[in-house]
This record gives sequence, structure tokens and C-alpha cells, in this order.
Amino acid sequence: MSKISVKDLNLFYGDFQALKNITLNIEEKKVTALIGPSGCGKSTFLRSLNRMNDLIDGVKIKGDLKLEEQDIYQKDVDVVALRRRVGMVFQKPNPFPKSIYENVAYGPRRYGIKTRKQLDEIVEKSLKKAALWEEVKDRLSKSALGLSGGQQQRLCIARALAMEPEVLLMDEPTSALDPIATAKIEELIVELKKEYTIVIVTHSMQQAARISDETAFFLMGEVVEVDTTQKIFTKPRDKRTEDYVTGRFG
Amino acid sequence: MANAQEMLVTQDKFTHRKNLKKDIKHSLGEYIIEKIIFCLGITSVIIFSLIFLFLLRTGLTLFRDVSLKEFLFSKNWFPISVNPQYGILPLVAGSLLITAGAILISVPIGVGCAIYISEVAPPKTKMVLKVIIEFLSAIPSVVLGFLGIVVLANWVRISFSLSSGFTALTGSILVSLMALPTIITISDDAINALPKEYREASLALGATKWETIINVLVPAASSGIIAAIMLGIGRAIGETMTVMMVTGNAAKIPDTFLTSARTMTATIAAEMGDTVRNGTHYHALFAVGIVLLMMTTCINLIADFVLNRARKEGR
Repeated sequence: MSKISVKDLNLFYGDFQALKNITLNIEEKKVTALIGPSGCGKSTFLRSLNRMNDLIDGVKIKGDLKLEEQDIYQKDVDVVALRRRVGMVFQKPNPFPKSIYENVAYGPRRYGIKTRKQLDEIVEKSLKKAALWEEVKDRLSKSALGLSGGQQQRLCIARALAMEPEVLLMDEPTSALDPIATAKIEELIVELKKEYTIVIVTHSMQQAARISDETAFFLMGEVVEVDTTQKIFTKPRDKRTEDYVTGRFG
Repeated sequence: MANAQEMLVTQDKFTHRKNLKKDIKHSLGEYIIEKIIFCLGITSVIIFSLIFLFLLRTGLTLFRDVSLKEFLFSKNWFPISVNPQYGILPLVAGSLLITAGAILISVPIGVGCAIYISEVAPPKTKMVLKVIIEFLSAIPSVVLGFLGIVVLANWVRISFSLSSGFTALTGSILVSLMALPTIITISDDAINALPKEYREASLALGATKWETIINVLVPAASSGIIAAIMLGIGRAIGETMTVMMVTGNAAKIPDTFLTSARTMTATIAAEMGDTVRNGTHYHALFAVGIVLLMMTTCINLIADFVLNRARKEGR
């Protein structure tokens, strides 16, 4: 079943068209990887899934983008509610300059959870899901900025999970991390797809091959090909996809 | 070809040898320039120390005639009565009251304005506001004082049905106008310097713009905002002309904002012209200057400390 269905999505930055007629379905509880060379629109597409592009001046969007049955670009859609259902992890780990605990509790506090007990539970559960609990349980009140890059990124994942989202968007979540931290995050993603629908933008073809079920190849603002990851990497239908995944360009 | 290569090699050797030898002309020039720049660099330090020494020397002479205890704790400043008394307390109280009032007024407005400029305002409004704020800081204090006498003092007198509008409150309002640009500019810088990732992270977690500002941005920029406030206080406490023009200058400890007050700065400015050089009164004014300098220096040091910490946190 598709969790998100996109039909004929066009996105403009002023006069520049960044996305052209994107049609794509994102399957529930699977990992969908978006690959393609820099500037091909994959991050822009990812950010249109939780309307983070709204923050940029002069963005125009046309087309259908449905989360389950609801068009998320309709006028009466509450962006705040949408972002609670569609969480996001960014390229650079970006914890708030607060304690580890407060970072994770930030989202739940926003939607009104106030009691210490409930918050404690959510924080512990989220950190466990993000495979960070064992490393930080004794220093929850310490600043999140004291963690290593990989730990910070897992904290950001925990922070997003604390909102109990349905979809988790990840924008090159390992590009700022070393190989060991990357491996941990990848393991985590495979674990998380049991519960969440995950969309990940990645520059690393190996990463896409290792962790994703579906892969969409973006080029110059268009989706060239979308299929199961296995097919994309073994028997791509399009010549351009083949050139890209075999490393002939990009 | 071989010839050219040979030439290159010999040339290489030549420059090599030359560089290894100490070139006296070159290093002498370097030495002189370094020393000149050093002198220029420490000029401000020297000037500050000279000012401080001069103030100290002249001011401390006061304590031949007046005890330190009387100077600091007596409630009477009657320098030209038959029985002169030099108690600085009313002046310090006046300065502190007016500064406190100014800060109470300018901090909410200033921080609010900085938040509006850096986070809410559309680009055009932002530009216009920034220009206007610069204008505000460019108004000469005498002009502000003049407006204070003509407009503000009247308003205060009528609104609070007082016999005179020249009160501590009038001074506070005017001084707050002077502290505002400092507070706004530095707070705005502090908020702007935050990485945009904080904003994105918070919004992506389903926080509203307002929640993002209050829960993430302002706490993250708090060191910078505190430094802005400290610098605003420094500006307010050192202000002379406007307060002298509108506060009535009665040298008694003010009990409310609606009575006349006199600041340390106004006292020095108003009385220095009438003193006998090297008389007790003259020395007393210098001693007041020392107290003022110590207060402003402390405030600036605290502001510096907090700003430095803010920079380190900002990464």
C-alpha cells in the first residue's frame, strides 16, 4: 500500500523549475531511497513531502501530493499537524543547544505533554529506538552539543521519533559522519522500517543498495526511473540509470 | 634546452643562498614596522591608564578633607552650603533609578523589536526598520533632551497630575530611547548568528514559528541578548545631557519614579564650571567620576565576558 502518492508534481523556485512532473508512490513501512547527482531535485522533493519548502520565498508548487488520502497542499491543511506525522532528519546533525533530554522532549512538549512521567517514558523509548539509550542514559541532563557527530545524528533521529511520526524523511543523514557512525545509522534505518515509512536521500549508491527496498533515480528535476532497489541496481530499464548506478557519471 | 635548464638550476642555487643569509635591511624594516604598529596598538591602553591615573590622583585627594565613609554613605550632597557635605548616595541612587527605569522600558521593546526584525519582518520592512533604528542612535542627546523638556515632561506632568514634569520617569523614558538602538542591534545580531538548522529542526518537529522563537531561538541567543542589555545599561548610566535637562536635578534620594532625581553624570557636568580648582568640591566631583568609571567598566567587563561566551557557544 502506498503511504504517499505523488502525481504530476511541479515545483518552481521563481522562474526556475526544480521538479518536473514527478509521479511516484512511496510504500508503507519500506525504505525508499532517492538517488541522483547533486542539484537533481531529490532534496527539494524530500522537503516538499513535509512542506519545508514553504520556508523559502518564491516557491510555487503544482500537482497532487497525498499522504494517505489527504492532499497536503490544500489550503486548509495544518502544516504543524502534517510535520508531526512526517518527521525529518537533516544532513548535518542539528541538535538544539539544550540537554539531551530536552532535545528529545521538545516535540512532545509542543503538543502538550507536560507531566514528567510521560515525558520520561517518551524520552527513554525514543532514545532506545534510536539505539542511543545505553550511551547517554547517565547524562541525559548534559548538553547535546557534547555528543559526537554520530551520536548527535542518532539524537536527532530520536527527537524525530519522539513525535511518533508515520513517515521519516532523511536528507543525506550520514554524509557528515565517519564510516562507523554511518554503519550504526544504517543498521538503525533497517530496524526502523518495521514501524515507519522511510524516505532517504543519499549520495552513496552503496548505501541505497544496502538499506533501501525501493529506489527512485532523479536527474535534472525528473524521475528517470523508480523500481525495487534490486532492479534498479541489476537490471535498470533506462540507459541513464544504468550509467549512473555503474558509476559512469555523477 | 640543456642550457636553459642549467641556468634555472644555478638561479635556484643563487636565490637559495640569498634567502638563507640574513638580510639586514629587510629585517630592520620589519623590526621598525612591528614596533610602530605595537605603539599604535597600545595607545588606547596608555590613554585609558592615563585618564584613570589622573582621575584617581585628583579624586583621591578628596579624602584628605572628607572621610570615605561620609562620601559613600552620607545621604546629603550639599557641596556649596556653609557646612558642605559630600554624600554621593543620592547621586548613585538617582543614576541607578533612572537606569533601572530605562532598562525596564527598553528591554521588552528592544528584544521584541530584535525578534521582529530578525524572524518575523518581511525583507523590506526589515531594511526600513534597520535604517530608522540607526537614525535613532544618531539623534544628538541635546535634541532628545529638548524634546523631553517640550513634549515629554508636559505629558508626564499632565498624565500623573504632578506639579512638575521633570522627574526620574521622564529621564528614564528618554534614556531608554538612547539605549534602544544598542539593545536592538546587538540582540538582532545574536539571533541572526544562530545556524538556520535550529529553525529548520524546530519547525520540522511541528513547532509553530512562535514556539520556535520562544523555545529555541531566544534561549540559544540568550548570551548575546544579555550582553546587549548590559551594553544598553552602560549607555544609560553614562548618559549626561538628556537626563540633566529633564530630571529636575534635586540631589536627594528619590523614593518614586515621579520625583526629581539627579544623576552622577549630571552632577559633574552641572557643577564642574562653578568649582574652585583644587578645592574640596572640585576633588569631590572627580571622586564621583571614579565611582562612575568603575561602574561602567564593571558593566562593560560583564558584557564582554557574556559576549565571549556567546561566541564560543555559537561555534
